[in-house]
Amino acid sequence: MSVRVGSAALALLVLALPFASFLLLALVRPLRRSAVAAATVSITAMVAAVGSAFWLSWRSLPRALLQSPSTTWAWIPADGGPMATVGVMVDDKSMAMCMLVTFVSLMVQLYSWAYLHDEPRPSLGRYYAYHSLFAFSMLGLVLSPSFIQMFVFWELVGLCSYLLIGYWYDRPPAARAAVKAFWITKLGDLGFVAGIVMLWAAAGTFDFWELFRMANVGALPREGLALIMFLIYLGAVGKSAQFPLHIWLPDAMEGPTPVSALIHAATMVTAGVFLVTRAFPLFLLVPDVLTLIAWVGAFTALLAASMACVESDIKRVLAYSTVSQLGYMMAAAGAQAPGAGFNHLLTHGIFKALLFLGAGVVIHVFHTNDVFRMGGLRGQPLLWAPFVLATLALAGVPPLPGFFTKEAILGGVLEAHLTVPFVMLAVTAFLTAFYMFRVVFLAFFRGGLGDGHAHPHVPGLMSLVCWALTVLTIATGVAMARQVLTAGHHDGAPAWLPAFSLGLAGSGILLAWLTYQRQALDPARLSAALAPLDWAARRRYGIDAVFVGFYRFVLLAFSRLVGWLDRYIVDGVLNVVSACTLRAGDRLRRIQSGLAQDYLYGVALGVLVLFVLAQWRLR
Amino acid sequence: MPLGAYLVLAALVFAIGLFGVLTRRNAVGILLGIELMLNAVNINLVAFARFTGGLAGIVFTLFIIAITVAEVAVGLALVIVIFRVRRTVEADHLDLLRG
Repeated sequence: MSVRVGSAALALLVLALPFASFLLLALVRPLRRSAVAAATVSITAMVAAVGSAFWLSWRSLPRALLQSPSTTWAWIPADGGPMATVGVMVDDKSMAMCMLVTFVSLMVQLYSWAYLHDEPRPSLGRYYAYHSLFAFSMLGLVLSPSFIQMFVFWELVGLCSYLLIGYWYDRPPAARAAVKAFWITKLGDLGFVAGIVMLWAAAGTFDFWELFRMANVGALPREGLALIMFLIYLGAVGKSAQFPLHIWLPDAMEGPTPVSALIHAATMVTAGVFLVTRAFPLFLLVPDVLTLIAWVGAFTALLAASMACVESDIKRVLAYSTVSQLGYMMAAAGAQAPGAGFNHLLTHGIFKALLFLGAGVVIHVFHTNDVFRMGGLRGQPLLWAPFVLATLALAGVPPLPGFFTKEAILGGVLEAHLTVPFVMLAVTAFLTAFYMFRVVFLAFFRGGLGDGHAHPHVPGLMSLVCWALTVLTIATGVAMARQVLTAGHHDGAPAWLPAFSLGLAGSGILLAWLTYQRQALDPARLSAALAPLDWAARRRYGIDAVFVGFYRFVLLAFSRLVGWLDRYIVDGVLNVVSACTLRAGDRLRRIQSGLAQDYLYGVALGVLVLFVLAQWRLR
Repeated sequence: MPLGAYLVLAALVFAIGLFGVLTRRNAVGILLGIELMLNAVNINLVAFARFTGGLAGIVFTLFIIAITVAEVAVGLALVIVIFRVRRTVEADHLDLLRG
């Protein structure tokens, strides 16, 4: 029992450290206005949080989960026990996420100090305050023992991403992107909150452990459960940028590059996948919804990968690759292999952070996001090695972690007999290797354009962070390779799968090499051969246009109608009533002549009337 | 003389008083009208006292005479104050409370 309490206390400490840092920075103005102090406070708190998170998992991991891993306190009082509780849920999933979130946050905060060094001091302090709040929100989300607490932190995460995407709020595109991210995710959250409330109405509790227990013994009412789980899944669709709500993520690139790294790797977009993983025992009861999740995930993966192939902004390519990989994770969950998806989430978090931070390095060197205006960095291995390594990991080359987790997902999808999603995911794997190496060859190895930057200056802190993540990526990959080699091939999946996925990655890399490095193939001819697809992908398949059209022609038209009703009908009735009152008052005012004799006439007349009435009644 | 004659006399006096109150423009004239109306009531009371034999009507009349004196004193004082302030006692011009 003492271990339990200790774990909960440690988890609370992990949660409290970033929050304390945020409160300090938010409330103490001089601390926030001086960027050095703000960064020191925030990074110190993050270092301590990383330490607590790792200590927590080191001492708690071996323990088997026999009883509820949640430690909760009553929150909303009601008759017959509290209606909702708050607390922490310490299990393998939340601990893994705690480590990922705290570590990536720390890396990003360190990197930001070098990357955003030219920012005005006060706004840099604000930046660190947001970062602390972001880390706190995400940690609260992953440690939530109940849907209702998760929802609270879920919204906080949405708020923080809004604040950070709109960090340069004086730039109109950034402000627009922030609002877009906020509203599009809110669209999904509508479903989420409705699903939670309906689930509570059906099961009478928000608590994950209690719900899982009920699901195990079949105590959950099946009726309407599919709708409930679909609504909850909608929240994940918004947060994890699944089709058709993926449109906010590429625009979110308007924020600073380290923020993109944070949002894509650890905090924002992983929340949706985490939600599906966390609530998986409930999703397991509704196979139809799971199939839908798998199909949407695979489709999202393919769609985003095709859009990444025609994008020339390095950060947008990475954004589409994130959407694509999130589709992978969702497809894994839908194929009843949430473990594979969750592992991919963790490894992807590490190397996607590295990819964004590495992209930040080249953006820092060239002062542009356009890959066609980069190049000529072949002689700077210290610059390109981390990015290339992360690209290899994303493309799925062994022994890097992306290979193992991606293969596990493909195996899981194949095992679930989802053939079409499997094909889509396989094509995605090929496309992923292609578009990522397209970026690598264009931005780093191509000769010519960028040769003027023979000796680019990159701050040491940025390189250090990149190399730390590189080492971690390799270490994770080696550890996974050793595990696979000792434990043998994971059963169920066909033996040809590793070779198949390696072949996909290899052919994608080869095609990119032939096209963009050797220039044996002309990119223009390649796009001409796939002209309709190219045309559509460059216009994002018109999905943004659909949303814009919906907004402009449905929502705005409706708003205008309501506005017209309010202005002319509701206001009109009120105006008529008030005009009548005023006019009647004006007329009646004249009776008050102020002359005593007029009043006396009134009195005399009244008495006369009373007299006549009395006579008439008596008769 | 029968009781009806007294009552007709009282009604006539009352009507004349009321007419005065309603038509006089001078505040003093209005006060005079009120006096007439009160005295019409007095005639009524005395007549009823005389014909029914009770004392109550006579007592009432005495009270009314006393109150009338007081009322005239207050009323005339008001008229004087109004005259000092507004330089007029024409009721037509005293309309400060007009809506």
